[in-house]
Amino acid sequence: VDDYRIEREVVIEAPPTVVWRIVTEPDQITRWFADHVTLDAVPGAQGCLVFDHPDRVSTVADLVVERVEPPELFSFRWGHPEGEVPGPENSVLVEFTLTPAGEERTLLRVVERGLGLLGWPAVDKDHYRREHLSGWERHLGRLAELMWQGPGSRPTA
Amino acid sequence: VARTRITTDGVNQEARDAMWSAIGDPSRRRVLDLLVHNSEVTASWLAGQVPFSRQAVMKHLAVLERAGLVSRHRRGREVRYRVEPDRLDAATRAMVEVARDWDGRLAAIKRLAEEAHADAEHP
Repeated sequence: VDDYRIEREVVIEAPPTVVWRIVTEPDQITRWFADHVTLDAVPGAQGCLVFDHPDRVSTVADLVVERVEPPELFSFRWGHPEGEVPGPENSVLVEFTLTPAGEERTLLRVVERGLGLLGWPAVDKDHYRREHLSGWERHLGRLAELMWQGPGSRPTA
Repeated sequence: VARTRITTDGVNQEARDAMWSAIGDPSRRRVLDLLVHNSEVTASWLAGQVPFSRQAVMKHLAVLERAGLVSRHRRGREVRYRVEPDRLDAATRAMVEVARDWDGRLAAIKRLAEEAHADAEHP
């Protein structure tokens, strides 16, 4: 499948059980992601992330939990059209993998992949359109780095 | 609280899907790279630069054209292709933005988890 894939990772000085709580508990998720979170870490559960903005109305992203394997794997899908069941054809998958990396240390990896940046609040297309065009090589180089050669990323094809 | 729901609607969603699939394929990205560095070229010229057939080049160009990343222009008897800068720029910027957002979130998770762990060990 021709899709995009962004993979980022970080080493955390805490065991996976601690990291797991930060990644999956609504009260914790509001501290690093959305302003309001409704989420049950149960496969198939529907939830939502609400993002507040100072100058415009809040945005809501519906999500459906996909895999819950504590303390190793947590994933959800979002960006699907309202009223549809999210799947590989109509949504973006966000997957967190927690791997023990020594004594009380965790490698946390997030992979986001899908057929587009559906449902991504930070991506303001109008803003990009208005911006002056610049730096082909820089953009393309950065894109290649992110998609195929970036830290922790792997080829998609 | 007034809210706008983030969903996707027919035309826009199709356009975005097309764009991301178009740049997700390494061979196609090679064709795109060549177009970026050479202002207006023919399919035959492109085929001479890549290790795959002219037929494959034509297929990639068709996908890129559907995604709005490339446009076709007739010059006398020749058909030439060129990139649509605004469109490609938007795609690459959006991608960079997503990765940067995740870097920020992972850094926040790291800080929170390490604080929670330290608190548990030294209450």
